[in-house]
Amino acid sequence: MNTTIMLFLLQDGITNGAIYALLGLALVLVFAVTRVILIPQGEFVTYGALSYAMLATGQVPGTARLAVAMGLVAFALDLFFARKALHARLVMRSAALNIVFPAALLGLIYALVGPNTPVAVNIALALLIVAAIGLFLYRIAFQPIAHTSVLVLLIASVGCHLALQGLGLVFFGAEGLRGPALSNTAVTAGPLRFTGQSLAVYGLTVGFIVALWLFFGYTKTGKALRATAVNRLGARLVGIRTTLSGQIAFLLASVIGAISGILIVPITTLYYDTGFLIGLKGFIAAIIGGLVSYPLTAVAAIVVGIVEAFSSFYASNFKEVIVFTLILPVLVLRSLAAPQVEEEKD
Amino acid sequence: MSALLSVADVHISYGKVEAVRGVSLDVAGNEIVTIIGANGAGKTTLLNAIMGVLPLKGRTTFAGVDMAPLDIEDRVATGLSLVPEHRELFGTMNVEDNLELGAFRIAKAVAATSLERVYTLFPRLKERRKQLAGTLSGGEQQMLAMGRALMGAPKLLMLDEPSLGLAPIIVADIFRIVGELRAAGVSVLLVEQNAQAALQIADRAYVMELGEFVLSGSAKDIAANKGVAASYLGFQHEGESAI
Repeated sequence: MNTTIMLFLLQDGITNGAIYALLGLALVLVFAVTRVILIPQGEFVTYGALSYAMLATGQVPGTARLAVAMGLVAFALDLFFARKALHARLVMRSAALNIVFPAALLGLIYALVGPNTPVAVNIALALLIVAAIGLFLYRIAFQPIAHTSVLVLLIASVGCHLALQGLGLVFFGAEGLRGPALSNTAVTAGPLRFTGQSLAVYGLTVGFIVALWLFFGYTKTGKALRATAVNRLGARLVGIRTTLSGQIAFLLASVIGAISGILIVPITTLYYDTGFLIGLKGFIAAIIGGLVSYPLTAVAAIVVGIVEAFSSFYASNFKEVIVFTLILPVLVLRSLAAPQVEEEKD
Repeated sequence: MSALLSVADVHISYGKVEAVRGVSLDVAGNEIVTIIGANGAGKTTLLNAIMGVLPLKGRTTFAGVDMAPLDIEDRVATGLSLVPEHRELFGTMNVEDNLELGAFRIAKAVAATSLERVYTLFPRLKERRKQLAGTLSGGEQQMLAMGRALMGAPKLLMLDEPSLGLAPIIVADIFRIVGELRAAGVSVLLVEQNAQAALQIADRAYVMELGEFVLSGSAKDIAANKGVAASYLGFQHEGESAI
């Protein structure tokens, strides 16, 4: 192997790794706040990517209608759980978030959609759709069982993944889609060529890590989210709505997932079920980071990306095997290093 | 005198086991009320249920508001605050962040003055303000838990065993501060096993046994009651039996 090939593989690995890092960060974020291992993270990726790709062809993606339907269910749940203390303000607030917001979004999409809609508008619409789905997914599937064990939450999470993946097939079909490039600029440095696309990937990943760090370290809302993760009862006792914390976590995760999807869909063809595998690689990074550490997760994700790039060069048939095998020594080491901790009852 | 907190005929069950049976109590504004009793009498259960951590049957009103439909977060907003037995601090966050979160529902400008007040009450916390809450000593953690609750500007502070596991000198300090809270306009509902210290600072007291109140009255009268003295204060008068 010569240096040029090695540099290419490294570049490729780092670009993919940056995407995995974004997804890994979202997983850590959601687990920290809600104790949910977010298997449907991959669906946020596909939904974001394919909604964007469909909008670019001038079609209204089915995900927009799904958001409206989920909003209705969320509204019904809100009413049901608050039935003992129903008051106008609560109903109005719930209706605004769960009905008016997705309905307005759907209306906006019908008004704006077309083959000549600017890329930026399509991106914004795709992000809003997935954000709404993420928010309602928490409300419908996880908020009612927020107090249960990690295992129950995980099973619910797998269920959501299967349901969303099936719906993905309905909305996008079995054919893969590709989206238009975000930018056509390119920079050449020695033998390497950096496209505007990959530069956007690096920029956004670094930007998100810094933004998350600032958000969790310095803002009241960020600290409240951390507090919810550290001590749920303690958080409630100071008046933090832990359900709201969960919604914010899911909102952030779904937006991060959708952004990752939009970043990769111009480079690779995505199918309705591609997201799962991509999300799984972010999951490996998150596990290596112990589901708690953001920096460790980001570094691990880059390593996963590089290992994947090199193994696809040397033994492309075993690419996935090699990547997923990475998790084994980590788990063994972790189980040796940390004494077994009983899950806290709450 | 209208009560700030009023609890009427409250029953609390864990499954089929009834831990608290038909308890009623009142706390007025600017009053320190204590509930004393042995381990397992149901004191902690009662406080948790008043806060909304556990479900209860019966009627609780606070500041004229019926508490039944409100969850914990809304009860906090009405000015009710609980410092739980296990303190429930944010262990991996520093002292100042813990206090800042205590004022989660309070406007920033108000929170700044509350922070100064808490630091005046607990100078130790100011010294340790960049230290992680989980690394504090037991006494400091108790101070932080109380400080965090005070940051939310409560009208009534419910303290669950604040002296548990602490050195006597720190216990004295904590009880002195509880006394100062009343001067600052905060009512206190204090659950304690250390009955002697509790009865010294309280205005009124309830004695709880096996989920029921068996005695109530002014703290002075309760402290003078021979049965109470024998059971909870560690005095055994010769020739007399405990209740």
